Order: sequence, then structure tokens, then C-alpha cells
Amino acid sequence: MDNQNKKAWLYLLPALIFLAVFMVYPLVDVFIYSFEESYNFASQTYNGVGIYNYSYVLHDAYFLQALKNTFILVAITVPLSTIIALLISLGLSSIKAVRNLFQTIYFLPYVTNTLAVGLVFMILFQKAPQHEGLVNTVINWFGGQSIDFLGGPYWAKMFVLCLYTIWVVMPFKILILTSALASVKQDYYNAAKLDGASNFRIFKKITLPMISPMLFYLIITGFIGAFKAYSDAVALFGLDLNSAEMNTIVGYVYDMLYSDGGGYPSYASAAAIILFVIVLTITCINLIISKKHVHY
Amino acid sequence: MKVVLQNVTKKFPSRNKKEKADVIAVNNFSFEIPDGKLIGLLGPSGCGKSTALNLISGLQKPTEGKIFFGDDDITKVPPEKRGVGLVFQNYALYPHLTVKQNITFPLENLKGKEKLTKAQMNEKAEEIAKLVQIDGLLDRKPSELSGGQQQRVAIARALVKMPRVLLLDEPLSNLDARLRLQTREEIKRIQNETKITTVFVTHDQEEAMSISDMIVVMKDGIIQQIGNPQDVYDEPVNLFVAKFLGTPPIGVYEGRTENGKLYIGNDCIFDVNVKENKEFTVAIRPEGYALNENGTFECKLNGVEVMGRDISVVITHDNAPEQAIRAIISAENIVDTSKPTVKFDLKPSKVYLFDKQSGERIYYTAK
Repeated sequence: MDNQNKKAWLYLLPALIFLAVFMVYPLVDVFIYSFEESYNFASQTYNGVGIYNYSYVLHDAYFLQALKNTFILVAITVPLSTIIALLISLGLSSIKAVRNLFQTIYFLPYVTNTLAVGLVFMILFQKAPQHEGLVNTVINWFGGQSIDFLGGPYWAKMFVLCLYTIWVVMPFKILILTSALASVKQDYYNAAKLDGASNFRIFKKITLPMISPMLFYLIITGFIGAFKAYSDAVALFGLDLNSAEMNTIVGYVYDMLYSDGGGYPSYASAAAIILFVIVLTITCINLIISKKHVHY
Repeated sequence: MKVVLQNVTKKFPSRNKKEKADVIAVNNFSFEIPDGKLIGLLGPSGCGKSTALNLISGLQKPTEGKIFFGDDDITKVPPEKRGVGLVFQNYALYPHLTVKQNITFPLENLKGKEKLTKAQMNEKAEEIAKLVQIDGLLDRKPSELSGGQQQRVAIARALVKMPRVLLLDEPLSNLDARLRLQTREEIKRIQNETKITTVFVTHDQEEAMSISDMIVVMKDGIIQQIGNPQDVYDEPVNLFVAKFLGTPPIGVYEGRTENGKLYIGNDCIFDVNVKENKEFTVAIRPEGYALNENGTFECKLNGVEVMGRDISVVITHDNAPEQAIRAIISAENIVDTSKPTVKFDLKPSKVYLFDKQSGERIYYTAK
């Protein structure tokens, strides 16, 4: 190894050490835990090595519920939030007056605490003996039946969770997309307009490809973020997510780590590894699809 | 297709809070572009020439006045229905599309009867690519092309739908000097072959003069002079046009008439038929000087630049506001550089008189 090379490694060392200690080691460790049966933190002992942890987790009704919830959440919120954010950004970039005001309003949820936002949603949807909640009041006003959004049927709870998630992730997406749209040069639009392209065709053939790198970034991070959802559900339904049927995979991992005193680190590790594999797969699929449709 | 502008004015609202008056980019424009000609819109930056082009393309709407293509009043027609092809200064090629897709883009927008099949589009794209000589590059992306090649693609894209009018916005400003010469010949050739009425905008007078059938010189949104390049060069109507055209630039002196004689400083140049005694601005084209030991016009000699065919004599004069004026004489002349001064005879056809205040041309005949 020549001197230049040594120097390069020396400069990289702090980052590499940091990555190794805080990223690689825990990942490997979790991977090992997930194969050690009945691992105990206190005594640092386990009963054997095998795939029992995975089998247990995959047959656990709570995990399957969490898996289902997470997939529904991802499938609904990622496309919806991205599309709505794109529509709002398009609207924002085509108006000049009061644009800054709207941008600020849309950005507010981003700087607001998740739990505070949860509180607002409680006021909107909570059904209590004293009051019906704002949304129910509106439903009643139109002659509909009250719905117990936070303690009632599964679809109602899922609806609130999705709405909440979309609302929370939207500001960031709008921010990124408005700046991406602003960076598309006016000349391209002028050229396309002169050539007689319809607005829809301009959007499809010019705007979309031009902002595709940013859009793709939002979709990837959106998928990953939605798979890791947990605090949103807690903010709406409290800590006992299993009984509310609103648990997520990360929630399940958390429960497994800390429930019943010592917890079950082996099951938690197995669930975490399953989540990791799912996210990795989806991201790889995203990357493959993006090769064809993203223009840098 | 003939293009007619009739009293066209374009005002922009002022952004300056203190000054409420509108900015007038194009002021009362009236001129007619004959069918099949190449017209250069010429003027310094900010004179409104790009705005004039945008008005013809329809990207901007005139505040007042009318625009005709042939006999059709297209003032209120949206840009996509006007049938214009526009080449942008930075080409505006879609970076994510190949050259071929860029060229066929305008064709894909055709609707109804004009709709083309994929094969027809390809055929047209190849035809036009051959015309601008990029037929080997159809599958490349714009980023993989040189500046000159991108320029040709932009022209091909503008031409492919056979526009009634082709507009070029500073088409050569992003090219290097050699490529610029080559490309302007190319534009002339393409225009000759297609016979499409073409308007191009430039601030480079040499460029405009070399390829235009007609030039329109503008200043501050107002047309100064319209005519074929040589006429405008030979007979400028005011000092601005005289100064704007020609390299090296015209030499400007403070002069006066006394008793039918024209003076610059103490030198009596020649007799003129101007009766009044008055101060004038005198402008002399670089080719208007003839070396003569006993010449009537004496200047300080700053140096001599030999340029092969010609010699450029760099002179200064107490009555000239500019620091250095260049006189072009044939290389057969020998300038004695040991002397501090040099003497010339002046050719009356290259000496122009302008009003000192307004800059308007004063016509005279030399005796």
C-alpha cells in the first residue's frame, strides 16, 4: 500500500469506526440474536441455535396483524401522499400571489410535534361521553351515524391512521417537489407550448421526467418511512396497540423487547430481521424500476 | 409567409416601487418582413429584441398593435396555433429524450387530420436531420453532443413541423468563434433550402450583417433603421446606428463648419455645402482614411497593427472623446512610426455629419 492510500484510509477511519460500531455491529448482532433461542439479556445465555424464533414470530397472531397493518399503511399512504403532494406542488408553482403563505401553511405540520398533531386528531375524531368529536359532529349534521373512529371498527381506525400519516409526511414532500418544479427551466415549457403540446402531455413528457430524481427519492424514503411507522399509531391509539389491532412491525419489535419485564430479545430480533428483508426487497424493486423511469 | 408588425407596443409593469411608470420594451414597432427572407433583429442588450421575437412567437402578448402572418391577423392566436418554430438561446433541448425523440416531439402533438404514423414521423425526422447534417446522431442524448451539434438539433426540432416562420433567439451566442462562423453559414444555407421566413435576434452586428437579407437596428425598444445590411452600413440615419455597425467601430470626432468648410480641431478637412457655422459630430469609417504625407487631417500616432491584408493605424485626436481610433489602410502603405503624428486624406463618402444634440444625420455634399 503506498502512502497516498494509507492517508486516504486514515482520513476515512473516523467515519468507518463510527459506522462499524453503530451500524454494522448492531446489525450483525441482531442477526445473530435472531437465531439464538430464548436469549436472555441478564444472564447472556441461550438454549440453542435455529430458526425457531422466526417460526414463532411468523405464527404469532399479533405479528401477522402488525404485518397486515404495516402493508396496508404503506400501500395506501405512500402513493396517496406522493400524488397529493405533487398536485399541491403543481398548484403552488402555478400561482404567484399568496404562494409563500400557502407554502408556510403546508409546512407547519412538519415543524409540529408528532404527539401534538396526535392531540389535534384526537379532538377531530375522539368519541367521548361528553362530545362526539368534530368529524362526527359534521357527519351528524349531514344526517349520518356517529362512528367511533379511535375505538370502533378496524377500517375506521385504519382510515384515521392513514390520514394522520399522510398529513404528517406531506409537508416535506411538498417542500421537495416545489423546489424540484421550480428548477425546471421555463424555456422547456415555452418550447413545448410552441410545439403545440397539451398541458397533460407537457406534464407527462417534460415535467415528470425532469423531476423524476426527486420524486424517486421521495418514493424510496416514503416506503422506508412507512415501513418503520410506529409513533404515529401510538399518538393516536396509545401504547397498547395490540388490543387496538393497530400495531405495526416496529411496534411489535418494541413490544417484544420491553414487555413482561425482561422481554423477548430473540423474537424481537427475528421480527426486525424480517422487516429488514422486506424493506431491502422493496427498495431493490424500486431501484430496478427506477433505472427505466428516472432521468438524471 | 410575410410577417407584418403594425404599431406593436409591449409594456411591462414596473417592479421598481419608486418609479411607477411601465417599462416599454417594444415601442410602436411597424415593419414588414417579406416572404422567404432572413431578417436580423440587431441591437445592444436590453433593447427589446428578444421581446419583439417573443411577440411574434406568441409567448408574449402585445399591449397594443397587431401582428399578421400573410393576411391572417394572429395577434390573439395562441403560440401553438401560429405555426412558428423557435430556437432558444440555450437550445432548450429536452435532456431526457434522445435527439430523435426531441425532433419528433412537435410531430407527436399533431392532432386530427394532421396526425402522423410512427413511420411517417421517423421519416420526417430523418429527412430534417439530413438537412441539418446530424443524421448520425439520432440515438444520442443532448448531453452527449457538442454545442454546435445541439444547435443543429434545436434547429431541426424547430423546422420539423414546417413552420410558417422560423425564429432564432441569439442562435450563435453559445458557440466558440470558429463554430459561430461555420454555423451562421449553415443557418443561411438551411434558410435558403427551406425558404422559410426567418427572424433572428443578435447583438453581434457582424453576424447580422453577414447573413441577413435585411437588418432591423433597435435601441431602447425603438426601431432606428431598417434596410439591407450594406445600405444601413453605408447610410446610417443617426449616430447610434453608425456606431453600432462596423468593426473596428467608426471614429467619432467633434467638428464644426465655418464658411462652408468642415473643420476637426484646426484641420480643415474639405469644403461642404453647409452654409451655417455650427458644431457637429463627425464620424469617419475606418476605411475612410487614405495615407498622405500632405493630407488634410493630422492625428497623433499611437501604433500600428499589421493584420496581413490590412494595416490598422491606431490614432488619437484631441477632438475625439475616445482613447483610440482605428484607421484601416491597405498593407501596401508604409507608416513611418518614428514620427509622433500621421496625416491622412479623408474620403467624403465615409465621413458622416450628425447633429450634436439629437445625433440625427446631417446630409451634405463635399466639394
